Amino acid sequence: MNSAYTVPAVALVVVATVFVGAFGLRISRTTSDFYVASRTVGPRLNAAAISGEYLSAASFLGIAGLVLVQGPDMLWYPVGYTAGYLVLLLFVAAPLRRSGAYTLPDFAEARLASQGVRRLAGAFVVGVGWLYLLPQLQGAGLTLAVLTDAPDALGGVIVAVVVVATVAAGGMRSITFVQAFQYWLKLTALLVPALFLVLAWQHDGAPRRAFDEPAAFREQRTVRVADTLDLRLQRPLTVTVTGTVDGRVHQEKQVRLSAGTHRVEHGTRLTFAPGAHVPEATRGGNGGMSTSLASGREERPLYATYGLILATFLGTMGLPHVVVRFYTSPHGVAARRTTVAVLGMIGGFYLLPPVYGALGRLYAPELTLTRSADAAVLLLPDRVIGGLGGDLLGALVAGGAFAAFLSTASGLTMAVAGVLTQDVLPSRGVRHFRLGTVLSMAPPLAASVLVGGLPVADAVGLAFAVSASSFCPLLVLGIWWRRLTPPGAAAGMLAGGGGAFVAVAVTMAGFPGTGPLHALLAWPALWSVPLGFLTMMLVSLATPGRVPAGTAGVLARFHLPEQLHAEVKA
Amino acid sequence: MSGFLAGFFAAALPLLAAGYWLGRRTARPQSLGDLGTPVEHATFQTLHTASLAAPPLRAGLTEETARKSARRLRSLLGTDALCLTDDTRVLAWDGVGAHHRGEIMERLTGPLETGRGEAFRLTCQIPDCPVRWAVVAPLTVDDRVHGALVACAPRESAVLVRAAAEVARFVSVQLELADLDRSRTRLIEAEIKALRAQISPHFIFNSLAVIASFVRTDPERARELLLEFADFTRYSFRRHGDFTTLADELHAMEHYLALVRARFGDRLAVTLQIAPEVLPVTLPFLCLQPLVENAVKHGLEGKTGTCRIRITAQDAGAEALVVVEDDGAGMDPDLLRRILAGEHSPSGGIGLSNVDDRLRQVYGDDHGLVIETAPGAGMKITARLPKYQPGVHSAARLTGE
Repeated sequence: MNSAYTVPAVALVVVATVFVGAFGLRISRTTSDFYVASRTVGPRLNAAAISGEYLSAASFLGIAGLVLVQGPDMLWYPVGYTAGYLVLLLFVAAPLRRSGAYTLPDFAEARLASQGVRRLAGAFVVGVGWLYLLPQLQGAGLTLAVLTDAPDALGGVIVAVVVVATVAAGGMRSITFVQAFQYWLKLTALLVPALFLVLAWQHDGAPRRAFDEPAAFREQRTVRVADTLDLRLQRPLTVTVTGTVDGRVHQEKQVRLSAGTHRVEHGTRLTFAPGAHVPEATRGGNGGMSTSLASGREERPLYATYGLILATFLGTMGLPHVVVRFYTSPHGVAARRTTVAVLGMIGGFYLLPPVYGALGRLYAPELTLTRSADAAVLLLPDRVIGGLGGDLLGALVAGGAFAAFLSTASGLTMAVAGVLTQDVLPSRGVRHFRLGTVLSMAPPLAASVLVGGLPVADAVGLAFAVSASSFCPLLVLGIWWRRLTPPGAAAGMLAGGGGAFVAVAVTMAGFPGTGPLHALLAWPALWSVPLGFLTMMLVSLATPGRVPAGTAGVLARFHLPEQLHAEVKA
Repeated sequence: MSGFLAGFFAAALPLLAAGYWLGRRTARPQSLGDLGTPVEHATFQTLHTASLAAPPLRAGLTEETARKSARRLRSLLGTDALCLTDDTRVLAWDGVGAHHRGEIMERLTGPLETGRGEAFRLTCQIPDCPVRWAVVAPLTVDDRVHGALVACAPRESAVLVRAAAEVARFVSVQLELADLDRSRTRLIEAEIKALRAQISPHFIFNSLAVIASFVRTDPERARELLLEFADFTRYSFRRHGDFTTLADELHAMEHYLALVRARFGDRLAVTLQIAPEVLPVTLPFLCLQPLVENAVKHGLEGKTGTCRIRITAQDAGAEALVVVEDDGAGMDPDLLRRILAGEHSPSGGIGLSNVDDRLRQVYGDDHGLVIETAPGAGMKITARLPKYQPGVHSAARLTGE
C-alpha cells in the first residue's frame, strides 16, 4: 500500500474537520441577516449530522470485514443499524424532543424527578460511551497499521489526541456542520471507489462466485500469518510453505495438507495456487478473542442472529451521542422528520459496505487468514484497480475511515464528558469540562492498547446490547407507561443493563470459550432486554406509591404537539 | 493473557465505581469507636437518630414522609408501636398492633380539637396483645393542630408521656420548617412573576417619536416600523409562560434592533454569531433584550463614531453561552457591582440586575451574569444557560425551520 497519498489524505480530513468545527458558524454582518442567523437547523441538515455521527468505524470498516469473513448472514448488521431508527421514529423521537431533555440523564430526571435514577442513567451513559469508543480507537489503529506499517496503537492514540484537543479547546462549536460534512465525506469516500470497483469487476467478466462456499483464490497469493492459527480443511490442499506447519519447518516447499486441522506458527508464509479454496481459520494460542463471538455464532446461528437483531433494533435509541443531536430539532414534528431523513441517508450508506465485503471475498479472500479482515475496504482499491488510480481511491477511503473515527469519537467524547462534568465532577465550569474530556477518553484508549482485536462490528454490537437493555426500557416505558416509578426504573436498568454489562465484560475477558453459556454471554440482548423490561415493570407495580406526583402533566407534555400544549397552558 | 487482563479491568472498573458510591452513601458516622463515655455515646446515638428522622418531614406530612420518619421516631422513643396521623386518618403505623388503627382514630377527636396530649388504655379482644396503652401528642403548626403522634406501650408510663410530647414538639418544628419551605417557594415564584421584565417606557416614547418623524417623509418606512413595533410589543406583553426559546428571543431582538436602527442609522453595527444547536434552548422570557438595550445605550453614550455590538451564542456541552459585547464607554466595575447588588439604580441599570436576579432564581447562584468591563473599554456580558433544567419548559410557539 502506498502511503504517499494516504497520509496526506488522512491529514487533510483531520485539518478539514478542525477547520469546519472552528469556523463553520453562520456569521452575519448586518441586522438584516438576523433571520438567516437565527434560523433553526432543518431536518435534512440535522439528519446528515446524526448520520455522520452515527456511521462509525463499525459501519465503515467492520461490516465489510464481517461479510468478507462470514458471508451474507452478516447483512443483519446494516439492517439492524438502520432499523434501530425506525423504532426510534415510532416510539421515542418526538416525545423525547418534547421532554426538553438534552441527555439521557436529563430525560430520567424530567420523567421521574429522581436524582438517584439520574445518576444511574449517567453511569450507564459513561459505560456505553466507553464501550463504543473502544472499537473506534481500535479501528483507527488498524487503519493506520494497514496503511503505513505504524504500530497497532498509534492510530488510536492519534484519534484520541485530536478528539480530546478539539473538544476540550471548544473547537467543536459548530458540531452540526462538522458532522453533516463528515456524513457526506464518508458517503463519497465509499461511493466513488465502489463505482470504480464495480466497473473493474464488470471489466473482469463479472464473476459471480462471491458467496460460494468456501471462497477460492483467483490468482497466486502469498499470505504471511501474523499470529499462530489453526487451519481447518474440508479437503486436501497444496500450498507452498516457508515456515512452520504442524511443528515441521519447511523452506519454499510444496506441502500437501490433508483434510483436518493444521497448526500454522506465526511468521509462516503460505503461497496458495489459483483456484485453491480458502481454508477456515480458528485462532489458537494467544490470539484469544477475535473469533470468540464468531464461534458462538457458528454454534447457535439462530440465537446469535436474534440477539443481534434485538440489540441493534432497540439499542440505537440509547446511544448517548445520537440522543443529544435530537435536541437541535426545534420541535417534536421536526424530530420525526429528521428521523425519517436519517433512515434514508443511513439506508443509502449501508448499501455500500456489503459491496466491499462481496468484492473482498472475490479479490482478497486471504484476509480471512490474517487478523485484518476489517481492512478489506482499505485494501480493495489497490488490489482490484492498482496503479495511481488505486492509490488515489485508497487514499479517499482512508480519509473517509478517519472521518468515521473522528466524528463518532468526538460525538461520544462530548456526550460522556458532558455527563462526567454535570453529574460526577464536583462543580461545573470550563476547566472541569476539559478534565471530563480527558477522563472520558483515557479508559477506552488504555483498553484499546491492552485489548487485542475484537472485530469492530462485534464490539459495537456489545455496546448496543448494553444500551438496548438499559435505556430502551427506560425510554419506552418512560414515554408510554404512566405507572413507572423511580425504584422500578433503577432496578430495571441495573438488572437489564448491568446484566448485559457483566456479560460483555466476561466476553471481552475471553471466558468461557465455547458452549451454551458462552453464546448467552456473547449475545446478551435476547435475555437482558426482556429482563430489563420485566424488572422495571414488576418493581414499578410493586411500588405504586412511588409514582412521581406530576406524571400526568409530564406525559401530556411528552405527547401533545407543542402548539396545542402552549394553547392549553395559555 | 492481555485479553484476560483487559477484560478483568473492564469488569473491575464499574465494580470499583459502584463500591465507591456505596461506600460514600453508607459512610455515616455510625459509631464513635472507642472514644467517649457510654453517656456520650447515648447522646450521640439519640441526636443521630433525630437528625435522620428530620429530613423526610421537611417535605411536609404525607403518607410517604410519615412512613420514612416513623421508623426513626419509634427507635428514638423506644416504644413497641408508633403511629403518625393527620387530622382524619392514620398516615403510618410502625411496629406491632396495627389493628388498633381504627380505635385510635376514634379516640383522637378530642386531642385533635383541644391540642392537648393525653394517655388512654386501649381495649383489645386479643388476650396477649402487646400494646395496652396509647400516648397521644398532637402536632401543631402555628397553633393549628395538623395531626398527632401516637406511641403505644404495654403499660402506662409517665416518662413515655413526657418523651412523646418532646418528640411531637420536635416533629412540629420540622413541619413548621416545611411550611416555611413552601412559602419560600411561593415567594420565589411570585418574585419571578414580578420580575418579568417590562420594556422601558423610554423605548416606547423614542420609538413612537422616530416613527412620527417618518410619517410625512417616508410613509412606507413608517408603516414598516409601526409593524415592527407592534410585533415587538406583542411579544413583550405576552401573558402565558415565564420561559421562551432562544430562537424566539432572537426574533424579538430583530424587531427591537430595527426600531433602534431607525433612530441611530449607521451609527450602529451589529454582528451576530449564533450556533444553530443552541436555538431551542429555553430561557427566562425577555432575558436578552435588556442586555442588548444596555449595549446599545453604553455603546452610543458620549461618542460620535460607530458603535459595534457583537452577539454570540455558542454551544458548550450541556450549556449555551450567550455573549453580548459592545465597544462603548464601559463602566466602573465598582459602580456596576453596586447596581447589581441593588444599592444603586440609575435608569437602565435596572434591566441588568433584573436579568441577573431572574437567571439566579431559575438556574441557581452560579448562573448569574458575568460582566467584564472597565471605563473606556467597552462591556462584555456573558450568560450561561443550561440546556436542560428541571421545571423549565418553554410555553412558546417554537418557530419552524
